[in-house]
Amino acid sequence: MDSKQLAWLIRRHGIEMTHLSGGSHIGAILSVADIMAVLYSDILKYDTTNPKWCDRDRFILSKGHAGGSVYAALAESGFFAVDELKTHYQNGSRLSGHVSHHLPGVDFSTGSLGHGLSAGVGMALAAKKDKKQHEVFVVLGDGECNEGSVWEAAQTATHFGLDNLIAIVDNNKMQSLDYCVNTLDAGSLYDKWFAFGWNTFVVNGHDHDALRDKMNTIKNGKPTVIIAETIKGKGVSFMEEDILWHYRFPHDGWEYDCAVNELHKIKPDGVQDIYTPNGIINPKLPDANEINKDIHHTMSETYKPTWNKQEA
Amino acid sequence: MRDTFVKTLIELAKSNPNIELITGDLGFGVLKPFWEALPDQFINAGIAEQNMTSLAAGMSLEGKTVFTYSIGNFPTLRCVEQIRNDCAYHNANVKIVCIGGGFVYGSLGMSHQATEDIAIMRALPDVAVFAPCDSFETVAVTKAIAEYHGTCYLRLGRGGEKPIHNGPLNDFKIGKAIKISDGERVAIFSTGAICDEILQAREELKSNGINPAVYTFPTVKPLDKDTIIDVANKYDVIVTCEEHNTIGGFGSAVAEVISEFDHKARLLKIGVPDCYSTYVGNQKYLRGQFGLDGKSISKKILDAIK
Repeated sequence: MDSKQLAWLIRRHGIEMTHLSGGSHIGAILSVADIMAVLYSDILKYDTTNPKWCDRDRFILSKGHAGGSVYAALAESGFFAVDELKTHYQNGSRLSGHVSHHLPGVDFSTGSLGHGLSAGVGMALAAKKDKKQHEVFVVLGDGECNEGSVWEAAQTATHFGLDNLIAIVDNNKMQSLDYCVNTLDAGSLYDKWFAFGWNTFVVNGHDHDALRDKMNTIKNGKPTVIIAETIKGKGVSFMEEDILWHYRFPHDGWEYDCAVNELHKIKPDGVQDIYTPNGIINPKLPDANEINKDIHHTMSETYKPTWNKQEA
Repeated sequence: MRDTFVKTLIELAKSNPNIELITGDLGFGVLKPFWEALPDQFINAGIAEQNMTSLAAGMSLEGKTVFTYSIGNFPTLRCVEQIRNDCAYHNANVKIVCIGGGFVYGSLGMSHQATEDIAIMRALPDVAVFAPCDSFETVAVTKAIAEYHGTCYLRLGRGGEKPIHNGPLNDFKIGKAIKISDGERVAIFSTGAICDEILQAREELKSNGINPAVYTFPTVKPLDKDTIIDVANKYDVIVTCEEHNTIGGFGSAVAEVISEFDHKARLLKIGVPDCYSTYVGNQKYLRGQFGLDGKSISKKILDAIK
């Protein structure tokens, strides 16, 4: 499976998992989908028959709320049955909303922001001490970079010359309630990481070739960070850059139907949609008189009544 | 106590290259012997305890046994979520070491007084909690936790604690209390360096015709339920004593045990009465202010059994 196909499947599973469970964070799953797909298709060394293989690359999804993306990537890569994805959030499931290591292929549990990079620094430092060749990858959110511990980890990685560590920031410009710039304006993330001594790159986070090109360590004694410019909700037009979809899940009706059909419009050849193989025939469409009466969650300027886009 | 810990850890680390010591930029002079002897197993993580703790979890998941070291509340309360999520939940081999349990750094002010740490660490599943009373217990606990697989909290005093035991504790077991002396009517349980005051209290009580039994509890979690139940059936009063808040700490842990069955003894909890210290003074002075010196402890016990 190539990274384009995997990215599409992550998005499709993300819609289904949040739809079935009423789970949050579809916007983040969609923004990080391409990053996850490139990692699991082309970059990470792993062995699905031996998830604890000692020479595997380590991976931490520090923005654990996008857990649906890693579950989909793991299932499609063969760590467990794709069918299990339907249990996401459900009673008795292994797939908690935020990433749990009680699942094959997960190296580290996350969910509280600002922990993952430090753990990755520890893994990379141990690998250096033991002269191991594997690499450590950590995906963070841009909102997550509010956490001071991220910067504790950033300077530690530089201090110890951890050129076996790659961080990827899913720079989707939004956090829980609003745009990042309206929340805690961090200025330029590039300037910050660069000032902390990292090899720093900015790429289009939905351009697989660009991501692949930079997801290699540079053996110059410095850790590497890729600031991946992404769009929150990428792939479903009415979810894009609308903070509503940080928490809202695609409900029965037009939200689910339109999300599925939009994905089908961009479905790459060679992938199967196990839920709705041919998309949804006769989808429900939004009715401006009925929808969104009860979802005024936010004062943010990013809150946009989503039917406008659908009508357009 | 801290020098004994460092000396013991050096010996352990020499024979186990997977032992790492990470300091949060504290231990001036104290850690120098380790740093000199084993520079490749020593890390200064800087003044960044959250990162230090998650980093330790990451290293431990790669096979290291990692001791994190700092003073007061810095290695615990400052980074409690990192201990919970990253160490304990992953069953990571991280040993959190605090120098200065209780009022050790009394004169430095409230920020440096660790008086809720036992309660908070004890509340975390999969964290074993230890507070040795003297150098002999420190040696035994340090060796035991280096062998034990999982997250541990080791609460130490500073230095100069009087020896309580007569020699090395070759029979030490995690989760077992140690009997110092038999007695009648009253049994005193203590954890940590406050035991020194207990021995003084014992002399006061003896001169008042009371001969208390004394036990130390170097392990607060897992707690020695068997000993507690046994003593609760034999004695009239169990006294718990700790240099720590009376809420949630060692006394509360004992209360949790005896409250679950019929028993003879009533419980007297002695500790810091759910407040922060606004007094300025050294450890001895602050113990006195909070009624944790030998004389005050004996008086509280005498009042309780009148």
